[in-house]
Amino acid sequence: MKSKSPSSAAPADQATIKAGAQIVVDSLIEQGADTIFGYPGGVVLPLFDKLYDAPIRFIEPRHEQGGCHMADAYARASGKVGVMIATSGPGACNLVTGLATAMMDSIPIVAITGQVRTELIGNDAFQEADTTGITRPVTKYNCIVKDVKDLARTIKEAFYIASTGRPGPVLIDIPVDVTVAKCQTGGPVEMNLPGYKVRTKGHTRQISTAAQAINKSERPVLYVGGGIILANAGEELRALAEKAHLPVTMTLLGLGSFDQRKPESLDMLGMHGSAYANYAVQECDLLIAIGARFDDRVTGKVSTFAPHAKIIHIDIDPVSISKSVRVDIPVVGDAKAILGELVKEVEYRQRKEWFEKIAERKKKFPFCYDRDASTIKPQYVIDEICRQTENDAIVTTGVGQNQMWTAQFYRFIRPRQFISSGGLGTMGYGLPAAIGAQIAKPDATVIDIDGDHSFNMTMTELATAVEHNLPIKVCIMNNGYMGMVRQWQELFYNKRYSKSYLRNPDYAAVACAMGAVGITVDKKEDVPKAIKAMLAEKKPCVVDFRVEREENVWPMVPAGKSISEMDGLDILERLA
Amino acid sequence: MKHIISALVENKPGVLAHVAGMFAARAFNIDSLAVGRTEDPNLSRMTIVVVGDDRVVEQVRKQLEKIVPVVKVQDFAGQPVVARDLMLISISAPPEKRAEILSLIETFKGKVVDIGLKMIMVEVSGPEEKIEAFINVCKPYGIKSVARTGTIAMPRQTKET
Repeated sequence: MKSKSPSSAAPADQATIKAGAQIVVDSLIEQGADTIFGYPGGVVLPLFDKLYDAPIRFIEPRHEQGGCHMADAYARASGKVGVMIATSGPGACNLVTGLATAMMDSIPIVAITGQVRTELIGNDAFQEADTTGITRPVTKYNCIVKDVKDLARTIKEAFYIASTGRPGPVLIDIPVDVTVAKCQTGGPVEMNLPGYKVRTKGHTRQISTAAQAINKSERPVLYVGGGIILANAGEELRALAEKAHLPVTMTLLGLGSFDQRKPESLDMLGMHGSAYANYAVQECDLLIAIGARFDDRVTGKVSTFAPHAKIIHIDIDPVSISKSVRVDIPVVGDAKAILGELVKEVEYRQRKEWFEKIAERKKKFPFCYDRDASTIKPQYVIDEICRQTENDAIVTTGVGQNQMWTAQFYRFIRPRQFISSGGLGTMGYGLPAAIGAQIAKPDATVIDIDGDHSFNMTMTELATAVEHNLPIKVCIMNNGYMGMVRQWQELFYNKRYSKSYLRNPDYAAVACAMGAVGITVDKKEDVPKAIKAMLAEKKPCVVDFRVEREENVWPMVPAGKSISEMDGLDILERLA
Repeated sequence: MKHIISALVENKPGVLAHVAGMFAARAFNIDSLAVGRTEDPNLSRMTIVVVGDDRVVEQVRKQLEKIVPVVKVQDFAGQPVVARDLMLISISAPPEKRAEILSLIETFKGKVVDIGLKMIMVEVSGPEEKIEAFINVCKPYGIKSVARTGTIAMPRQTKET
């Protein structure tokens, strides 16, 4: 029994009065944030002072953009919310690319930024920026907290908004005086979000209609995106594809949601997708889109996309439905819940002709490259990485050719294994993403398959990897070009390679200087042993593969063309 | 086609910027936007007039609903509504024209709210067509300036036409 003497009540009351900064730290811990990425600065000093002895693993990037990508990849690899803290002004501005990357790919991040003192806001104070104004279009939600009493509730709401529905980044801007101000705490923290509704369970009748359409279809295709991974619905997807016997094609962000070694896998579709996926979509009588948003890189010329198909679209975001493509059977809700219901109502159907046609095309137009070339083909390097890691590594990428080749040649087998900036196409994402993923999954082999120019953008984060002894691997497909830009210039600008190459440093030397291991590979026969050495390495390891300079990504649907109008099929057919 | 969209939003700073920013970012056109408090001090109502085909307006509605502090969105298309604009208009009104102008104001049930040596300021409210018609009949006298609220609207409870 507790005694209620005044002398013992006094310290108890004292303990419930906390400074804003302490409330922030306690709220983050309460939300399960055991790892935080962040960079200090003037107005976040009170907050960093409270972080000094908090039970939180803190990772400091070399640039806030890198930190934001780390938090993003941490979220993608772990399924948890990534947390990033930055100071006001330049710190907050440096988050913009990272937030936009997360926004486009629906990744849950809570970003906390410091702001100048409340009474200075609007005064062009030192390191002041209109952070909520700048980040509004690149966040799912943002706000500024002007009263210390609102802090705990706002942080709880931020995590809820970031992680539910269609996930996304949320930013909270906190003026420094609010982190210093004190208030009574201890009561229950109630969220107040009258405008935020999440639909999880799909409409029962719509699900039945979808099941009937699937059961009737002769030529169905499952077209799945990152939504499957975000909803942790990989198992349900596998059950559906197996039970109803459906071929599965994935968007870039959908890679990993379905085991690519299975015969039902059509691999990636779209601009650099497989010929067999693109043809299947164009010929199917039923397209079942799940957690995918009919992005222009997938649909090509939208008016000619899947012309014979009835379309089922399962998505948690009502906005995605019928945004760019007319949908016949929309089902709004959580993919995991809906697929769980849907799988009960579907029946097995052999679809012999359809699968034969697909198999024939797979044989005729596989992803391939010249295996007999004397130079190092980048596809060969990725093939070899995939072989030596037994399809099991977590792979991050830069953006461009390196990313497309990785999507084509690394065969992913499970969700959260492929981590790449899809929607925004952020060059420089690969290295910080590898760091974030390695922190989330310390025992996994994490490999950044990067381009030289992508790596150039954020290579300063190598120092972060060294500082935290992270055994990440960076494989640079070094062709000395912005490869995809060069490819477009070759194909559409008469080989006028305008500003698409820069002088690169000696990456192995850079790695050594930063305390990592550096390897340079310029002979094809050295590729397997270099990869083997890299995989055995306990330190961060950078391997500079001097690859064929003017290799192209095939097939390719030129911008604005229908996805069945692929260039490079003759090349694939010849090499097959 | 013109759609009147009514959005109930949380009365918080930044909400108007969020809504306006969404319209700009998604290249939707706003014909008019009126914001004001409601019976609930925590909520404001935005009445937005949008021009576009059904698919565009459907996207507008869904995108609005997606904004976290937006509580409820209604598209009034196809239902009986009362829609009103309020206008203040300054008309050039030399003494010899004044009687004529006053009778026009009378016809439109306008209200003279200010009178000067050479001008009259009038308050007129009503459906948008009435406002436009009043502007047209005033043109020959010379319009000094116009300020309009944009449309606000509410659905009719009575179903008779």
